Amino acid sequence: MGNNQFMGYRRDNGRVGVRNHVVILPLDDLSNAASEAVANNIKGCLALPHPYGRLQFGADLELHFRTLIGTGANPNVAAVVVIGIEPEWTRRVVEGIAATGKPVEGFWIEQNGDINTIAAASRAAKKFMQYASMLTRSQCDLAELWVSTKCGESDTTSGCGANPTVGNAFDKLYAAGCTLLFGETSEITGGEHLVAARCRTPEIADQFMKTWSAYNDFIVANKTDDLSDSQPTKGNITGGLTTIEEKALGNIQKIGKKCLVDGVLEPAQAPTGRGLWFMDSSSAAAEMVTLCGAAGFAVHFFPTGQGNVIGNPIVPVIKLCANPRTVRTMSEHIDLDCSGLLRRELNMDGAGDALLDLMMQTANGRLTNAEVLGHREFVLTKLYRSA
Amino acid sequence: MIEFVVHDENDSTGVVVVEGIKAGQEITGWVMDQDKTISMKVLSDIPIGHKLAIKPLAANDTVIKYGVDIGRVVAPIKVGEHLHVHNVKTKRW
Repeated sequence: MGNNQFMGYRRDNGRVGVRNHVVILPLDDLSNAASEAVANNIKGCLALPHPYGRLQFGADLELHFRTLIGTGANPNVAAVVVIGIEPEWTRRVVEGIAATGKPVEGFWIEQNGDINTIAAASRAAKKFMQYASMLTRSQCDLAELWVSTKCGESDTTSGCGANPTVGNAFDKLYAAGCTLLFGETSEITGGEHLVAARCRTPEIADQFMKTWSAYNDFIVANKTDDLSDSQPTKGNITGGLTTIEEKALGNIQKIGKKCLVDGVLEPAQAPTGRGLWFMDSSSAAAEMVTLCGAAGFAVHFFPTGQGNVIGNPIVPVIKLCANPRTVRTMSEHIDLDCSGLLRRELNMDGAGDALLDLMMQTANGRLTNAEVLGHREFVLTKLYRSA
Repeated sequence: MIEFVVHDENDSTGVVVVEGIKAGQEITGWVMDQDKTISMKVLSDIPIGHKLAIKPLAANDTVIKYGVDIGRVVAPIKVGEHLHVHNVKTKRW
């Protein structure tokens, strides 16, 4: 790779971001209205409404906190206003984000009401917007970039074209010392032995197989027929994918041919070192990309076949596609057309390099199609029923 | 002109990568891993992204793609016929 530098935002905790958002983060469903009111008052900040945060418990509650704190801590975020219904859990999110050193303040609605809360939180948001607008980009090494991937509405062209393009780019980013992530536990089914064989040590392979088996047991216990009516999705089947095994073999093209799996993560857990990490996660696009953002990833590669339109509020999602019909009918969503691979007009090395060029432009500040079109899907993963 | 692609020469199926393939057409495929081309007559209309059999398959045979098992045949498939959910099922779930 030629140019290994980009202009990013260096945060106090040493992490590097490619965006500079001020986030208004609701702790719970009840605080969405106040959060959206603050984002309406103060131009340029970003409310992240979601439906959860009440009466969750155990591992599900821990995941809720990990996802909210991780989202606020993400280096693409400059500062955060947290709004909750009550002070105790609000403080827990504020303290978690404050550990990064970035500005964060919390507000709560009980005994204040929406209007007073919105007024106080708007003053903090105004201050944070002006703080963020003073921050400037500085030169950063490619090795400081964290890049995640997940595919969606895949078809057979994903496995021949778009996914191996990500794989080619991942092999190069791995060699450059980047931190990389893949997941989609259920969508490894049929290729789990191939991922296990790519793990750096037998211990990592064992941990991966335990994670995959636990998810598979859950699906087998709850399935409705041989495809569980959803995996492959109706869109996958329309696009020509027949079985979960075929979908999985296409999916794992994204981890390339050379890079090794260096560790296994819980949902929304941040990696502790460089290399390629597997995160236990749903294969639903918005849930998975939200978890990538919460784990600290700054840029996302999203190959599609039939045309998934997903974005994320804080992580730029770069979409690539090798299906010429989708590229023609949905061009406003596709950042990189790699359909030339299937006509032998483009080779895999050239496609991987084109994706890396686009990644560097995105890291330097160029907006992705999903950002420009306003796709901000923020979907929390919920493990089980609330109390 | 490439009309379908095959990952590996030992695969039993290839993927149509152009629109409008009709039964009776003679089409050319690119075998990516070995970088060679093959030709065959298509026996079904096959939409872009859908697969055709490139080897004769009998019920209970294993379908190979990427050199790996992707499921079992539930109805016999001739070379050039559409291969999809009506004649192939997962071995999982």
